Amino acid sequence: MFHSRFSDWPIVTRHQGWPRRLAPADGWRALGEALRADDLDLLGLWGDVECVHAAVLERSGAAPCVLSLPVWDGRVPSLGVFHAPAIRLERALQDLHGIEVTALPDPRPWLDHGHWPTRPARDRDRAQAGFEFLPANGPALHQIPVGPVHAGIIEPGHFRFSAHGEMIVRLEQRLGYTHKGVERLLAGCEVRAGHRLAARTSGDSAVAFAWAYSRAVETALGVQVPARATWLRAVMAELERIANHLGDIGAICNDASFALMHNECGMLREQVLRVVDGCFGHRLMMDCLVPGGVIADLDPAGSGRIGRLLDHIDRRMPELIELYDNTASLQDRTVGTGRLGSELAARFACGGVIGRASGRAFDVRCQLPYAPYDVVMPALTVLQEGDVDARVRVRLAEVSASTALIRRLLAGLPAGRSLLCDLPAPAETRESTALVEGFRGDILAYVRVAPDLRIESCHLRDPSWFQWPVLEAAVEGNIVADFPLCNKSFNCSYSGHDL
Amino acid sequence: MRRLLLKNFFARAVTEPVHAQPTPALEPIGAQLQGVIGRRLGRSLAIRQIDAGSCNGCELEIHALANAYYDVERFGVRFVASPRHADVLLVTGPVTWNMREALERTYAATPAPKWVIAAGDCAAGCGVFRDSPACVGAVAKVVPVDLAIRGCPPPPLELLQGLLLLLDAGSRPG
Repeated sequence: MFHSRFSDWPIVTRHQGWPRRLAPADGWRALGEALRADDLDLLGLWGDVECVHAAVLERSGAAPCVLSLPVWDGRVPSLGVFHAPAIRLERALQDLHGIEVTALPDPRPWLDHGHWPTRPARDRDRAQAGFEFLPANGPALHQIPVGPVHAGIIEPGHFRFSAHGEMIVRLEQRLGYTHKGVERLLAGCEVRAGHRLAARTSGDSAVAFAWAYSRAVETALGVQVPARATWLRAVMAELERIANHLGDIGAICNDASFALMHNECGMLREQVLRVVDGCFGHRLMMDCLVPGGVIADLDPAGSGRIGRLLDHIDRRMPELIELYDNTASLQDRTVGTGRLGSELAARFACGGVIGRASGRAFDVRCQLPYAPYDVVMPALTVLQEGDVDARVRVRLAEVSASTALIRRLLAGLPAGRSLLCDLPAPAETRESTALVEGFRGDILAYVRVAPDLRIESCHLRDPSWFQWPVLEAAVEGNIVADFPLCNKSFNCSYSGHDL
Repeated sequence: MRRLLLKNFFARAVTEPVHAQPTPALEPIGAQLQGVIGRRLGRSLAIRQIDAGSCNGCELEIHALANAYYDVERFGVRFVASPRHADVLLVTGPVTWNMREALERTYAATPAPKWVIAAGDCAAGCGVFRDSPACVGAVAKVVPVDLAIRGCPPPPLELLQGLLLLLDAGSRPG
């Protein structure tokens, strides 16, 4: 098993929380084979100056750990050869850190489009010239290029369809348009300020990203956050989940031209954002959650407002579910569309709604619970169908699960402080890795903090890294006109992925 | 569905009145705002939104403009699918190097007369991404900007007031 395979690799003592182990020279091959044998999930793959790190999770028992391979002569061997989900991460590794990944099955640039002025002109030319879309051969195929500027109010990305008449034969995504250099900006930043950048990695998941970042920082520094703060964080995270799920349910139905659901969900979502604004001072709760606790405490009046909001949502949800259930023309579009098989979802360790709609019963809050979810656990909804309909139904169920969760959180909200005044500086460099469940799925954060409380290195991995690739598979054989429906039902992040 | 429609038919409208008023979040930049819009376009404005590298926060609030509370279409403001149909480009995000060309080409594809609104702190002044080597900077570094709406992200009400300011500036003679 896992421990017998890697337990003789030396532990890095400065890494707090999960164990981090140093791989021997041939260790990457052993890791690759374990990933291929399907008893490990890949949670992330990233690099810094000296090492390439892989976060993995044992399938059977919940035992996450980080494995690191020192970079030798600017090169590391590829994990993508063994395990396809690693390929895009390794392409990004080459682009961002200049580390050469040997024998990478797809060596084309990923985030680097050949425009960064910090690169020598020769490298820029190579990145521009080195990108060709994968071919699709056959009679009467045509290509449809879409983006980066899309027709709606959406983030930018390019989709290249090869279609046979109306049917999609191959979709290839090209992402990286919103690459803002988040990790580069975080390096050297004070830990107290880093949450601002973390929250803006993907603005729709501001709470979840700030929480993942803060948890990594707090574990690295060995800080115990006040209980009230963790409970309030969970209230914020669940409100964020409800708002985003409502927006998604409405938008999916709108992409099937069913505007009524869109309007109903839009109103509900707005009501959530207004209550959130009144209670925490920001509609998207940006910068409300910081290392050491939360900035905005909740007074009894705020608790009351949230309680009334939950009553209202709970009253409306059965109506919306009935509306969805009784509209045959809507289900005609969603049932059987964009089907993602459970085998693929498991291999890519697809998190969030997408995984849970395809039979992958994984939720960080249940499998690797962090406070307060160790006490207040959410009800998990797992469906097997893997189509657009299943993803809508999982979201509908999760809205109600979150309202129930918030009620329990508010009822048991501990008294006391909600923010630590200062963070203790560590005697030597400390690091840690954390996993948090956002509305899209599991967000991974790795942070290394120097003794002067500055960040030496930080990596934030959005759940979309393992969801975008399977969208390419899920739309195969669907008609082009159903792509917006499939895409919206996935609702992957562009900004969170591009970093 | 019929029951819900019937219920909505008798329910009170949630749409709220909004008046154009200058707020500190609004920074008109160009002098060309005055007069021209009203003379050329009446009170109809077609907007093409472009995400030039935003974190998606601004997009969420722009989406909210269409919900029943703000109902932006009652003012004659429509979001269109192509820059060729647009009068106004509503740009969000710090312009990344990877999006610069797309923004320039979208601007070039928009027929004159055209106006550019930079929405959000990133678009107005590059925000928290000011020092990033992956970003060109604020929108004004790439295309001329007529109005900036500050905020991270600007709430829908301020976005709406920015749009109304543009329309009202247009309806004044001269």
